[in-house]
Amino acid sequence: MSDLEASLPVAGDRVPVIATRGITKHFGSVQALRGVDLEVYGGEVLGLVGDNGAGKSTLVNILSGAFQPNSGSMFVDGKHVTFGSSLEARRSGIETVYQDLSLAPDLSVWANIFLGREQTVKGPLRLVGWLDRKAMAREAEADLERTRIRIGSVKALAGRLSGGQRQAIAVGRAVAWGSKVLLMDEPTAALGVEQQAKVGELVRSVSDQGVPVLLISHNLPQIHALCDRVVVLFQGRVVADLRPAEVSVEEIVSWITGASLAATTATAGALVRGAAHDGGPGNDAGPGNHGN
Amino acid sequence: MRLTTAVRVTMPVRVTMEIKVPAALSPTGAVSPNAGPEGGPPPPRRSALLRAVDRVGDFWIVGVLVVMVLAFGLKSPGHDLFTRASWLNTSDYAVEFLILAVGETFVIITGGIDLSVGATLGFTGMVSAAVMQSMLNSHDNSLLATVVGFAIALLLGAAVGFVNGYLITRLKLPPFIVTLGSLTAVGAAPALINGGNEVATLPSQLTTIGSTEIGGWVYVTVVIAAVVCIGMGFVLHRTRFGLRTYAIGSNNLGARRAGINVDAHLVRVYTISGVLGGLAGMMVTANFSVASPLAGTNDELNAIAAVVIGGASLFGGRGHMLGTVVGTFIIALLVTGLVLVGVSGSWQQVATGIIIVAAVAVDQVRLRLAER
Repeated sequence: MSDLEASLPVAGDRVPVIATRGITKHFGSVQALRGVDLEVYGGEVLGLVGDNGAGKSTLVNILSGAFQPNSGSMFVDGKHVTFGSSLEARRSGIETVYQDLSLAPDLSVWANIFLGREQTVKGPLRLVGWLDRKAMAREAEADLERTRIRIGSVKALAGRLSGGQRQAIAVGRAVAWGSKVLLMDEPTAALGVEQQAKVGELVRSVSDQGVPVLLISHNLPQIHALCDRVVVLFQGRVVADLRPAEVSVEEIVSWITGASLAATTATAGALVRGAAHDGGPGNDAGPGNHGN
Repeated sequence: MRLTTAVRVTMPVRVTMEIKVPAALSPTGAVSPNAGPEGGPPPPRRSALLRAVDRVGDFWIVGVLVVMVLAFGLKSPGHDLFTRASWLNTSDYAVEFLILAVGETFVIITGGIDLSVGATLGFTGMVSAAVMQSMLNSHDNSLLATVVGFAIALLLGAAVGFVNGYLITRLKLPPFIVTLGSLTAVGAAPALINGGNEVATLPSQLTTIGSTEIGGWVYVTVVIAAVVCIGMGFVLHRTRFGLRTYAIGSNNLGARRAGINVDAHLVRVYTISGVLGGLAGMMVTANFSVASPLAGTNDELNAIAAVVIGGASLFGGRGHMLGTVVGTFIIALLVTGLVLVGVSGSWQQVATGIIIVAAVAVDQVRLRLAER
């Protein structure tokens, strides 16, 4: 944390829900992020794309509080924040839907939604308290309904549901807790075509409620169809900020591979050569990857 | 008439379960046609049926217990199993395993294991008995000695459990290794107390607990064990602590991300297991009116077996207090039942072994069918 600014200097009248300035992160000699500036605005679906090792997972881990950056600052609603843990990130309103969904398969849907924030009834003399199962089941049902998520019964075990339904619960849980922004890490990686479409609807219904979604995905056609804006990471830097309405999937691909970057200006070319001499990008399969 | 008594007696926790028993046995065979072609969103009627199968299926082991009661009862000469004496024997024998298995249930649901409970039982029993003996020799205040004895046993048990939990969470050592270590170390301690001899000078209050039958049918120790089961069953199935115990075993990383202090929770779970080891130590001392340095040897195996027979998964996340109670009584019944039908006690070990493997195998098949 070199520069501890109190608040984010904003150019226009729109304050980004999340903003980062000059975020760097290295793992030993591997430089995963080389100064990332990123903004996520209210109500938008922002795609974050990049090749393996471009730094996507590292950036998501920093935003969700799992990693701490080596330098740079983060702002939520324009206020400077630091996260010591993922719990602190959540308290600031950054909810993450992890690639593994982070559900307990042996617990019911409602228990998964309320895990860590259980409601209890205080017994006689306030000595013992027990779970208010009815209230939590009722609220879980209402929460999922609000996100237009349909699960047979909130009393079903999470492990018995389909991949799409599990995804829906993870998203519903994040939204239910009044998050300011939703990070989704490869939400469709393990899903079939039909369920991928369902996740797309889910993402849209979340952003329609004003909650922005930062979507990390390899599925470029889906990113192109779903996102309002796409940011491309290349070797630990943001190299492009594109509007899918104006560019094709092929153009996004050429930014991901670095071809567009090399083709633009001489300065940009120097940038790429400089990066290549630095010893290559961080590896997502290394420490940047989630467990599981 | 006598039959219903025996059945109710083996299922002190929830009598209503018996009604499901005839159905409980058939669905294990009948699951496949219903559960097989599951795919896509199931229509509500079939999912209700599947849920019912699941529900009953979870308690199939109750059916096994009932069948065992009937088989041993009808096979024993003069239907001896259905007598008061047999019930007193069986329930009395079950007490120490039941108390240990309750703690073990929590540990196993977190995905851990506690091999040290039998050693803790022997250690706490010997230390508290030695202290009670010296108190009686110097003061002759029997009630005070009893209270101090209980306090020492519970605190020592808590200490053993706390150290287990601390090493497992702070040093990130596998529960198997840590509790194997304390099984070995703590298990050797009783031989160092009172010169390795039995302690027989005990306060009358304690021996009264072990020998009094309430209404001629229930030992006080059995009542204590039942209170422990019901109380801890409530904690496991109805409180935040219990829910988080399942969550940690089901998805440890997910529980951490949900803001649960997993390490602190695990330390508490192992401490509970240790405290119950201390309580079991007192019950055994009360029962035999003597504290033996050999008490509790190999008890952890019966406790773990009871939990596993009761449907818990060693991978964590699954298990039920009622299942543990049933599992304990299956093991206890094998001992008294086989003796009554005139089979050598050693066959009990063989039968227990077979039932452990069979119970886990049936559970696996059942789960695979349900998840297909």
